[in-house]
This record gives sequence, structure tokens and C-alpha cells, in this order.
Amino acid sequence: MSTAIQDNKPLYLKILINGFLITWLLMAAFPFLWTAWGSFKVEADFFSKADWTNALTGVRTVVETGAAFTGDGYYGAWVKEEFWRAALNTLIVVVATVCISLTFGTLGGYALARSAYRYAFWVLLVALIFRAMPPITLVSGYLLPFFELNMWGKLPTAIIVLVAINQPFTLWMLTSFFKNIPQELDESAMVDGCTRFQAFRRVIIPVMWPGVITTGLFSFLLAYNDFAVTAMLLSEENKTMVPKLAGFLGTTQTKGNVMFAVSSVVSITAPLFILVMFFQRQIVSGLTAGAVKG
Amino acid sequence: MLVFIAAPIVSVVIQSVYAPHEQVIKQVESCSIFGCTQSTVVDQDATRELREAQPLGRFVGGNIYTDRNHLATSEIKTAWQESEGFGEFFKKATNLPFYGALSFTLTYTAVVTPMAIILGFFIALGVNNLPKLLRGPSIFFSLLPMIVTPLVGALILFWMIDSRGVLGIGLSNLLDQPDLSLKASTPMMWITLIVYGIWSSCPFAFVVYYAGLQTVPQDSIESAKLDGASRWQQTWHIVIPHLVPLTTFMALIKIMDNFRVFEPIVSFNAQAHAQSLSSFIYNDLGGETQLLSSAAATSVLTILGVIILLSPVLVRTYRDYGNKR
Repeated sequence: MSTAIQDNKPLYLKILINGFLITWLLMAAFPFLWTAWGSFKVEADFFSKADWTNALTGVRTVVETGAAFTGDGYYGAWVKEEFWRAALNTLIVVVATVCISLTFGTLGGYALARSAYRYAFWVLLVALIFRAMPPITLVSGYLLPFFELNMWGKLPTAIIVLVAINQPFTLWMLTSFFKNIPQELDESAMVDGCTRFQAFRRVIIPVMWPGVITTGLFSFLLAYNDFAVTAMLLSEENKTMVPKLAGFLGTTQTKGNVMFAVSSVVSITAPLFILVMFFQRQIVSGLTAGAVKG
Repeated sequence: MLVFIAAPIVSVVIQSVYAPHEQVIKQVESCSIFGCTQSTVVDQDATRELREAQPLGRFVGGNIYTDRNHLATSEIKTAWQESEGFGEFFKKATNLPFYGALSFTLTYTAVVTPMAIILGFFIALGVNNLPKLLRGPSIFFSLLPMIVTPLVGALILFWMIDSRGVLGIGLSNLLDQPDLSLKASTPMMWITLIVYGIWSSCPFAFVVYYAGLQTVPQDSIESAKLDGASRWQQTWHIVIPHLVPLTTFMALIKIMDNFRVFEPIVSFNAQAHAQSLSSFIYNDLGGETQLLSSAAATSVLTILGVIILLSPVLVRTYRDYGNKR
């Protein structure tokens, strides 16, 4: 049936659609490929006023370093500017944020989904408002109390804030997910003599992984991509990757150091690439879940 | 959890009605053989003591809201009285920092949202027509602009449109203007930011529409074909009505996202030409002197803006839930 639809297509339409699609895919992918390729060159090639093909062939790179590819940008960023420390901080913050928000999210989401009262609406409401509010407005509220409590600049502080910002969304997603698990499942477990908690542990946990993974992915993206919270709340040595990168732009405009920023951009993007590659299905289903359910 | 949600909002509101302490000034009489002179000096100790005793600062009520950096009521009033016609008034008003930020944020939201949705729809139509084998990779590449850290995505584009970057050179060759710089002029900066916005937010529209296209009822399409409907008629009368509910949802999400546009402005280093409400707050918070109260006042205004934007949707959702019960 669908083949019949495709066969009828006039030629000009085919060209139009495919041309448009190819343009879009180029637009979407080209910047990343270009930057990844360019990060192995020297600055004179990546920003070449004379001839843009220099960035492809690496003329100046050969002159300056002796080979067509150089790891100087990476060496400078990771070793000299201690980007590894930022990467480690990011790892800590992201893992902690995802674990904490998923723990609270699964327990809370399960409770909300099984309660008779219409919490769901209020959770949805809070999640909506939170999504709409720029995180920076909240950060400006957190700053002064944190200064007073002497909590500013430490990693756990940022983790707490990220979890708090993330939580309504996590709760809402997991609530709607648990609603789809039939209530008969845990009821029958309880008839068989389980307590409520045992029912959760033995019956619900084994079947909840798809939803948890999707939600976890989104918490991960939020924590990983965040700039406002981590830039304002972390002290210099505790900075995560994204604010560290912003720092490169402000301070190191001298020759060659732009490449530090370029190589750290590639370093930040690489994990996301891998993530999308492996979890594409989950990301798509998570994005559409909200839309289809309304 | 509730503490962390409610506390910052309360804290923001409280901070916004306080201003930093003024320095304590005392009169000092210094006497010498020529007689006594009175001079005023800053009493450092007293100032510090006062700041420690009341870290919030002194209470100023709504003054911060009405000063020049925020609602600027008096400036607006004079501008209104002095200018002839709406255009001039508008120009004067957007020169004030808060209104400038507000106007950029609103323009950005109003342009990017529909453009991204339309573009996303066409991409979805295109991908839907691809053979199965090619769909996976094209979805993968289409997702990238959205998944990538906004700061990073914007930076990548920023480097490419740099006057020495590949797109910058290409553009200046195309327009035959060797010294073209997208960063130098305000309209160019706005356009660049908006293009970035469309680039980064249309994948979301694409994914949602793509999922929607999978659920278009095939039998309606078939019967439409039997009745002799052309391809455009099929799309217009069956596919698009099917996707309308998705569009409202998506518009809502996108309006919220675009309203808080922030990272591209930092990446593009565009504060001189374009400020959004978020970057306005960020500038107040960063820098040498942290203008906490000023940032807090802007935050409160932004939150109010969000509530105004969302209120029709919230009311509708509430009603929907009421009906379901």
C-alpha cells in the first residue's frame, strides 16, 4: 500500500523533497563534522582568511607542526588548562544528579501513580512552570542563601540544585509511565502475600526499566548541558566542562588558544554523539511520549 | 523537594525589594594649629558591620522595579510625553535595558517558534518518504542540533560565521562584501541568533511530527485517493488536521524554551547587540559587583512574564482535567 503511494510520485516532487532533505541533513551534520575535523589543525588553518580549503588540507598545520593532523589543541586543553578536572567534575555531577533524581522519581512516581487523588495534574503543572522558567531566575534566588550558608562553589550544591530543577519533570514522566503498568500487577502480588514495598521491589522494578532509562537519559542531558546553574554556583576549580569552556573564551584569546576551546567543544560533543547513537530509540520515544499523551 | 522549588522563588522576591547598603558616612573633625576643618569619610568598620548584620541590604520596596534598569517608569513616561508617534516611543523604550531585553526575547520567540515548526514539518514529511534503510541515519543526524549542549552548538556556528570561518568567508564572497562581519551590526546579530534558534529547535518539531505521521490513518488516505484527491489535497485535508493537536503541544513547549533563550547569546558574545531576559540576569549576577537585587528584580519580572504567557494554557489544562473527572 505504501509502495503504491511512492510509485505515484511525480519526478519534480521527488527531486524537491530529496533536495530539501539533503540540504537539511547537510545543515544539521556539517557544522559538527567541520569542527571535529578542524580541531586537529592549527588556528591559522581553522580560521583561514586566505583560502577556506586550508582547513581541509591543513597547509599551515604542516608548516607549523610537520604533519597534517596535530593534537596540540587537545594537549593544551586537557593537560595545560586542566580540562580533565572539569571532565571529572562533570562526571561526578551528572552521575549523582541522574541517580538521585531517578531514585526519588521512581519512588515518588510510583506513589503518585497509585494514589487516587489527582496529584498528577499538580505535578504536571509544576513541571510545566518549571520547564518554562529560565533556570537562571532560580539561580539568582539560590545565590545569596548559599553564600550565607557557606555552601557556594561546592559540587554537592550544584547537584542538589540540578536535582531540584529536574525533579518535577522526572516525576511527571515516571508517573505517566507507572500509570501504564496495570494496577492488577501489584494487586495480584499483594494478594499473594507481598507487602506494598515487596510488590514494588519484586514486581514493578523488573518491568520499569524502559521508562527509567528514558527518564534517566533526559536527566542526563539536562545535567550535562546545563550552563546557567553550574556557571553561577561552582567555584573555579570545581567547574564542570561547559562553564570551563565558556571560561576559555573569556580569558584565552591569545594565538593558538582558540584551538583549546575548539578541541574542548569536540570533547564535550563526543559523548553526546555516542549517546544519541545508542539511545536514539529511547530519546525519540521520550520526546514523543509527552506529545502523544498530551 | 518543595523546599527547593518554593524557596528560591521566595528568596528572589525578598531580594528584589532590598538594595545594597550605602556606605556609612561619618563626620570627622580634624584639628590643627590653623583651626578645625570638618570632613566626611567612609566609616569602613561601621559599613562592614552593617553589611554583616543585614546581608540582604536595606529595604527599598518597589524602587528597584521602577528604576532605570528595570521598568523605568519615569523614563517611559517622559518618552511617551515627548515622542511623536508610536515608532519614536518604541525606539526610545527599547533603548532602556529591560525593554531591550524584553523586545529581543519576544521577537526571538515569535519568529523562531513558527519557523521551527514549519521546517520541522517538512523535514518529517521528507524523512517519512525515505526508504526504511535511510531513515535511521537521517533521524540520527537530524537530532544532533537539538541534543548537543546549547552553548556548544552555538559556539560551533559562531566559529563558522566568524569573518575568518568557512561560512563567513562564503557569505562575504556571495554578497561581494569583503569586510562583511555578522558580529558588528545589531540586525545581523539578531538574524544570526534567530537562524541559530531555528537550527537548534526544529529537530524537536521534526521528531514529534515524524511520530505523528506514523499514526496517520492509512484508510482515510486510501479513500481520499479513491475519491480522486491530489497529493496536496491529501496532505492538506487529512495529514495536517491529524497533526493539529500535536502542534499546539509543540508550540507550547517551544514558546517556553525560546522564551528562556540564553546560551547562544553568551556563545555569540552578543550582549552588546542583543540581550534576552536570561542573559540580562546573568550579566547582573556575574561580573565584579554582583547585583543580586537587580538580578532578583528581573527574575521576578521574568517569572511574571512566563506566567502571563502560560496562563491560557494552564487554564485550559485545568479545565481538561476537570472534565475528565
